Amino acid sequence: MSTQPTSEPGVGVIFPSGMLGGGFTAESIKRGIAMGATAIAIDGGSTDSGPYYLGAGVAKTAASAVERDLRILLSAAREAQIPLIVGSCGTAGTDTGVDWVAEIAVRIAAEDRLSFRMARVYSELDPATVIAAIEAGRVRSLPPLGDLDPDTVRSCSHVVALMGHDPIVAALEAGAEVVLAGRATDTSMVAAVALMHGLPAGPTWHAAKTVECGGQCTTNPTAGGVHVRIDGTGFTVTPLSPDAACTPTSVAAHMLYENADPFRLLEPTGTLDTSAATYTAIDERTVRVEGSGFLLSSHPTAKLEGARLGGYETISLVGIRDPHILASLETWLRYLLSVLEDRVRATLDLDPQHYELALQCYGANAVLGPLEDSTGDAREIGLLFKVRAPSQQTATAIARTANPLLLHLPLPGMDHLPSFAFATSPAEIERGPSYEFVLNHVLDLERGTDLFRIDLSEVANA
Amino acid sequence: MPDAALTLGELAGQVRSKNAGPFWITMDVLFRSEPDYTFVTTSGVLSPQAIGRLYDVDPATVKYFELRGILAVKISFPRPVTAGSFGDRDLHGGQQFVPLAALRLPAPPGHHQDASR
Repeated sequence: MSTQPTSEPGVGVIFPSGMLGGGFTAESIKRGIAMGATAIAIDGGSTDSGPYYLGAGVAKTAASAVERDLRILLSAAREAQIPLIVGSCGTAGTDTGVDWVAEIAVRIAAEDRLSFRMARVYSELDPATVIAAIEAGRVRSLPPLGDLDPDTVRSCSHVVALMGHDPIVAALEAGAEVVLAGRATDTSMVAAVALMHGLPAGPTWHAAKTVECGGQCTTNPTAGGVHVRIDGTGFTVTPLSPDAACTPTSVAAHMLYENADPFRLLEPTGTLDTSAATYTAIDERTVRVEGSGFLLSSHPTAKLEGARLGGYETISLVGIRDPHILASLETWLRYLLSVLEDRVRATLDLDPQHYELALQCYGANAVLGPLEDSTGDAREIGLLFKVRAPSQQTATAIARTANPLLLHLPLPGMDHLPSFAFATSPAEIERGPSYEFVLNHVLDLERGTDLFRIDLSEVANA
Repeated sequence: MPDAALTLGELAGQVRSKNAGPFWITMDVLFRSEPDYTFVTTSGVLSPQAIGRLYDVDPATVKYFELRGILAVKISFPRPVTAGSFGDRDLHGGQQFVPLAALRLPAPPGHHQDASR
């Protein structure tokens, strides 16, 4: 195993996994400490899993999985006396998400007799704050969305701002040993550690982007996280697992990952530019990167995320194996829609503009829709019938109206009633509230700490 | 350079898609060799216009990057349906690479029908 002597200049950060609750071994963290880590950073959230978590203000990860990971990290961080930073707590980084992780941390500390100064950094915004910023001309849209309408802000159940490194640096400078941040950029935690030590912005932000998904920048992404050492001229990244390697290609390719532009990454304080970066193998599993640039903006910004309630969903899943129906599936689906609209109008007095339907035929074209160009009849299909309406009661009433059709609807001209294969009883599954992301805007700030609230507390277990 | 007419997915080492935030989708084509990369990037099959036709999106919104240094092509465009909204078919956008991978490449110059790989 290649380890770095602790006397090397710069900072070393362990990034154990792409997500708190995703799982990693205590041994991998020990290896990172042995490499000379001066901090541990981990991401607790993302918008990847859709708008529900922000809309409802609940976490995607299981509490038991977060507790397991956090116990390993708190123990290692306190033993080595280095800070632990968790970003985007509770998946969406709402205030409830921060408090949820904080409660778990306090419980672990009591059980394991750990003491530390804890900072909660909140990033949820009152709609009035955002609307005042719109009126002051301080909110700009990011493509593909247009100008932000105050009513869109009011329609959101939660709005969060993505913090950069500044609020995390402020918490660390206030003596926090454990920082639990609300919504934060994937890169902010690692960047905070390096920038507060005066390291240059180019290598710092590029290093932070490289490790933001843990082992994703290695040849074996499932083997565990990475350790990154950032210094005055570049950074050096090494996997924590002996079963993985960082290669110039695996590290360079990570700039492509989930990023619309392969060279430029917009951060709250400026833009990372990796177009002149060089990637060199130091040994068979360690990569050195130099030449990364960072263009500082004239003022910091905070990207906004917001989710609004779009209605309530009810779904049914029905299997179709009848070769006659499958041979004329498009005709049958059109017939289903037309009969259903008539019945909903007749029985519920609702026109199609009062609800939304989505019919996804798994086995035919559910995933690609009109882009599907593969032809040939499916052996069977699973028809996912989705309805969204302003209330759960209405959505379910429409799904119940659809039930006899999903069970028995023949093709036009058939001389008997077929019966299809419902997957569940009852066939209707109430999905609850259905949210959608509606903000893709940035708010201009004077200082990177504006908007964000730091709450310090002493967790003492003598 | 390939020996016979192939699809992009057959020639490239990997063709992948993923959301880049809820409002964008991004696709990477990772090539195995410099000749494969050069063959595709000079063939004219990949362009914002071609992506516009393939995915039914406005070519003016398509970002297209050729990355010779890592033998990759990157393509990004706004999602027609925001991730996770009602009617979205692919929450993480991970399966949307398929039409791109199925793109048929021209036969390489000097290729004969009986050439075998």
